[in-house]
Amino acid sequence: MRITTMTKTIADNPPPQAPVPNEAGGAEVTGGIVLPDFAEQKTELGGKTVGSVTCEEPMMVADDVNVYYGDNHAIQHVTLEIAKKEVIALIGPSGCGKSTFLRCLNRMNDTIETARVTGTITLDGKDIYRKEQDPVALRARVGMVFQKPNPFPKSIYDNVAYGPRIHGLAGDRAELDHIVHTSLDRAGLLKEVKDRMDEPGTSLSGGQQQRLCIARTIAVNPEIILMDEPCSALDPIATARIEDLMDELCEDYAIVIVTHSMQQAARVSRRVAYFHLGLLVEVDSTDKIFTNPQHKLTEDYITGRIG
Amino acid sequence: MKEQLTTQEKVEAGMARRRRKEYLFRSVGIIATAVGILFLAVFFASLIVKGSTAFKQTFVQLDIALDPEVIAPGGELDLEYADFDGLVRDGLRAQFPDVNGRSDRRELYRLVSVGAAYQLRALVEKDREVVGTTQTLWVPASSNVDMLIKGNIDANVDEALRTLSDKQIAWVTALQDDGRLRSQFNTALFSNGDSREPELAGIKGAIMGSFYMLLVTISLSFPIGVAAAIYLEEFAPKNRWSDLIEVNINNLAAVPSIVFGLLGLAVFINWMSLPRSAPLVGGLVLSLLTLPVIIIASRAAIKAVPPSIREAALGLGASQMQVVFHHVLPLAMPGMLTGAIIGMSRALGESAPLLMIGMVAFIVDVPGSFTDPATALPVQIYLWADSPERAFAERTSAAIIVLLGFLLLMNLAAVIMRKRMERKW
Repeated sequence: MRITTMTKTIADNPPPQAPVPNEAGGAEVTGGIVLPDFAEQKTELGGKTVGSVTCEEPMMVADDVNVYYGDNHAIQHVTLEIAKKEVIALIGPSGCGKSTFLRCLNRMNDTIETARVTGTITLDGKDIYRKEQDPVALRARVGMVFQKPNPFPKSIYDNVAYGPRIHGLAGDRAELDHIVHTSLDRAGLLKEVKDRMDEPGTSLSGGQQQRLCIARTIAVNPEIILMDEPCSALDPIATARIEDLMDELCEDYAIVIVTHSMQQAARVSRRVAYFHLGLLVEVDSTDKIFTNPQHKLTEDYITGRIG
Repeated sequence: MKEQLTTQEKVEAGMARRRRKEYLFRSVGIIATAVGILFLAVFFASLIVKGSTAFKQTFVQLDIALDPEVIAPGGELDLEYADFDGLVRDGLRAQFPDVNGRSDRRELYRLVSVGAAYQLRALVEKDREVVGTTQTLWVPASSNVDMLIKGNIDANVDEALRTLSDKQIAWVTALQDDGRLRSQFNTALFSNGDSREPELAGIKGAIMGSFYMLLVTISLSFPIGVAAAIYLEEFAPKNRWSDLIEVNINNLAAVPSIVFGLLGLAVFINWMSLPRSAPLVGGLVLSLLTLPVIIIASRAAIKAVPPSIREAALGLGASQMQVVFHHVLPLAMPGMLTGAIIGMSRALGESAPLLMIGMVAFIVDVPGSFTDPATALPVQIYLWADSPERAFAERTSAAIIVLLGFLLLMNLAAVIMRKRMERKW
């Protein structure tokens, strides 16, 4: 159990209200992880996560994670495995806790004063909330791309070079140049900006800015990239480019993406996790979720009846 | 039967009333603005009309024989005790040979400032070759002659009611007809310290005093204020204690300045035994005064940095410290500097706390260090406004013009700095 401190208040995360009947039966216990039984733990929603929370080669494992904002129980008993080099999409209606869960994975919730996280989240078998774990070091391994493109008000070059600089990844200027160029190249931005590396990052278009943010994130060479609705502020063309980019990036990185677009989830992800009112309702392969959802809530959501 | 009005008709019916209200509100606004501008214009106009004459000073041309018997009796140059006043008097007498009698002569001597003797001494000090020659010099006229030339003394009123006698006015007219009077730029105003003689009084001492004071103030209050703001905004836990501190900082900004003066007197002078009337103590007191202003402005500037920038840096693995120094501070700097300059201009215009720590003394020497006795510009204005001599009135206005000029420059600097450093995100 941790109590974290810092600035800022959190946006509304309504507590679970109406009890929803659990229609699908209990999920199977697989892969050595004991699935939480919601009914036993007296949650109002009741029931267990359906589908399969486990995966082969798990890299990051969340086990019975709860997040509280003050008295508000924002995330309840979430258990989920994230594999190497997979794209997993977190979907669900607004306020269901998917962004909150995402921000637990690199401890960005530390910055919210009232936030409290219980349960364990491990990265390669080690608890990321253990005392010796420095969140700074963790975030170098688990990068994050935000909803709104947020380049620093610095040059394009400095934006990408910032991460390698603070972590001391480059020995000299040439090495740093190399990192910046490969990162921009991998983010599909190099062609567009290579002649104007000194211009401010904020002078780029929205889609370019978001790709700059992705380049900035991969410049640190993380193992997992968390994306919090990375395309919600972009037009369809820029969105398509980012989605293409994700396809390429998942050859090297695990990507956890929060999205409101089911089409996007269907296009980019291999697995989908459906959150509802702070509960992880269903996790399964993308095909299965969109063609044959097990849980009534999932079905309602993907068919557009809720959310 | 009651007729049913359509929505459109109801809206139309109310339009006239709405327009009237809007018109009324706008007229009130225009009147308020006009009154404000009028007062400002009257204030500036009267200041400039009264003060502009102080930038000119009347000088008298005299042929002064530098008698070696007086300056260097026995071949030895004696600057300390030589009677330069006497030489000036001789020069005046040479101009008006028919003036006889002690009282008449004394009246004659009053036409020229005592500064003439200092000027003569400086001349001899610079170039010993002039001893024994007759020099034609422009020496400052006394303030009364100056006032007469500037039209501030009316020759038509009764002799007993003015500071110049009929005879003196006749001599001045004679000098004027002779082409021996002229008006030139009043360098003394900017190169001298305070003086009992208006024609010799200058604001250099006050400007230097204010300068040293502000130097102490900025070098203390800016770093301390910014550090406090960063700590309170970025690192301090949000609890009852930090709330209490915040409330008290805001209260401190509203404390009357004279209270800070009393505090300075008690702590810095009585307890710490720092020198009285020193810019060092003045600067310390003004630091206390401006600290809350700077802290509040800096905190506002830090708060205005978008959280997305912090998140971006944190997400890349920057530590809290790196977030602050790499991103928050550069973005908040323009706001902080603006706050600092506004705090400084408030400090520059402050006089009440300086009265409490003895900076209201009559100090002739221009201060050369932080511990020399000094006055400040607003205190100098207060001192001159209190002086009975007619010529100090215009100098008071001139000093106010200079003070306002400095304030204007500082505010301009704040605006320019904000414009240049402002970055978009």
